[in-house]
Amino acid sequence: MIKIVNVSKHFGSHKVMNGLSLEIPDKKTVVIIGRSGCGKSVLLKHMIGLLKPDSGKILVKDRDIAKMDTVELDDIRKHFGMLFQSAALFDSLTVAENVGFALTRFTRKRPSEIKKLVKEKLALVGLENVEDKKPAELSGGMKKRVGLARAIAMDPEIMLYDEPTTGLDPIMSDVINELIVELQKKLKMTSVVVTHDMKSAYLVGDKIAMMYEGRIIHEGTPSEIKKTKDETVKQFINGSAKGPIQMLG
Amino acid sequence: MIQNSFEYIGRKVTGFLFEAGRLTLLFGQVFYWTFKKPSEIKSVFEQMVIIGNKSLAVVTITSLSTGMILALQTGTAIERKISGAANMLGGIVSLALTRELAPVLIGLVMAGKIGSAIAAEIGTMAVTEQVDALKTMATNPVKYLAVPRFIAALVMLPVLTIYADLLGTLGGLFISLNIFDGTSGGYFESLNMYMRLDDVFKGIFKTVFFGAIIAVVGCHKGFETEGGAEGVGKSTTASVVISSMLILVTDYILTAFLW
Repeated sequence: MIKIVNVSKHFGSHKVMNGLSLEIPDKKTVVIIGRSGCGKSVLLKHMIGLLKPDSGKILVKDRDIAKMDTVELDDIRKHFGMLFQSAALFDSLTVAENVGFALTRFTRKRPSEIKKLVKEKLALVGLENVEDKKPAELSGGMKKRVGLARAIAMDPEIMLYDEPTTGLDPIMSDVINELIVELQKKLKMTSVVVTHDMKSAYLVGDKIAMMYEGRIIHEGTPSEIKKTKDETVKQFINGSAKGPIQMLG
Repeated sequence: MIQNSFEYIGRKVTGFLFEAGRLTLLFGQVFYWTFKKPSEIKSVFEQMVIIGNKSLAVVTITSLSTGMILALQTGTAIERKISGAANMLGGIVSLALTRELAPVLIGLVMAGKIGSAIAAEIGTMAVTEQVDALKTMATNPVKYLAVPRFIAALVMLPVLTIYADLLGTLGGLFISLNIFDGTSGGYFESLNMYMRLDDVFKGIFKTVFFGAIIAVVGCHKGFETEGGAEGVGKSTTASVVISSMLILVTDYILTAFLW
């Protein structure tokens, strides 16, 4: 379980998180929704120790990730997989080298075993015969899927998705959503998805949490969220310009 | 007005100290991770090949033309007072090249060619979240990205300087033979008379420091890159300017200590 307790973070004078608390249950998918730039990705980066909070705790497996040194961080990160918004594939490496990156560095598997595993992971995300391609030769959707294959290469216990459907066409978005659900069923991971795509949130989430003004203002199952009476949440999920959420600033 | 001026100077000084501190910190980290396992030997050789390939043409042109210009200028000047200048050119050209010109010019050219490439590559990786992706996969970016470039630059700068010493000396010989009617025997005799082996070694020794500066500054500016393509451009320019300045300052300090 990941437990975020009273976390605050500011960049300059801008307070991104202001006493935020959230629990991510084991083997469940929690979707964090909120407006663009509200700090969802910042929250996700705190969960894997890419950013440190100004105050508060981020407990992963009952240990505060914010207090870990680099060696401890590297150890715990081996239990994580992360899909980045831009896929963040390594430009200089081929698809196979990207997917097999962690396997090559952290396991004693033979090259032939790694090759086989890479093929398997790529098949899981619906790709084949792309091993020798460079990321620049792939479409946006393919990059995301390769990113996903790379993230699950080490069979992580915790999977973080940063805006998995942003920048994709509706069909490819649906493909990615289905992949997230399918992988969740197969690999039984604890997953956190950050998105502002409500269709995606309803499809993949066991629980949805809405982030607004540096806090989680509402959380519940997709059906509970749909029925909420909270005006701020209602405005966001209905995509309405009118409501308590200020459009400027 | 006066207060604003002091504020401006204060900000600049603080900024400079902050930058120097972070650069020193990265240098320490690179040094530390260089001796940590697992080794990135494959990546080191890849970087050495990249540096060699990218630099060979520019180093060839720089060293050959420098040797030729040096011979032409000094030969013309000496001939005004002493006839038979060609016999002295070997010593003058090779001494100037090996002690000073080849190390510094190759350092500056490499700062532009390799330092900028390092800053641009790592900078692009930083703004496209590839550096973050490395961290999430329990891979230290300093070890994975900076250490191979650091070692490759440490090895390749001296290698390219030896090449530049040889080529520059041959450029000088070409001018001596064709412009001043010298002989190769006279050229190499004068080279032998004025040059000492430690001149060559000390010149090459300086380039080890220049290689370290180019790699660490390039990596530092790359890792610090923010703000998309514009940020990458700024980092690239800054890496060339900072490396060039540091090379010139370091050259003076090393020269003062070595000779």
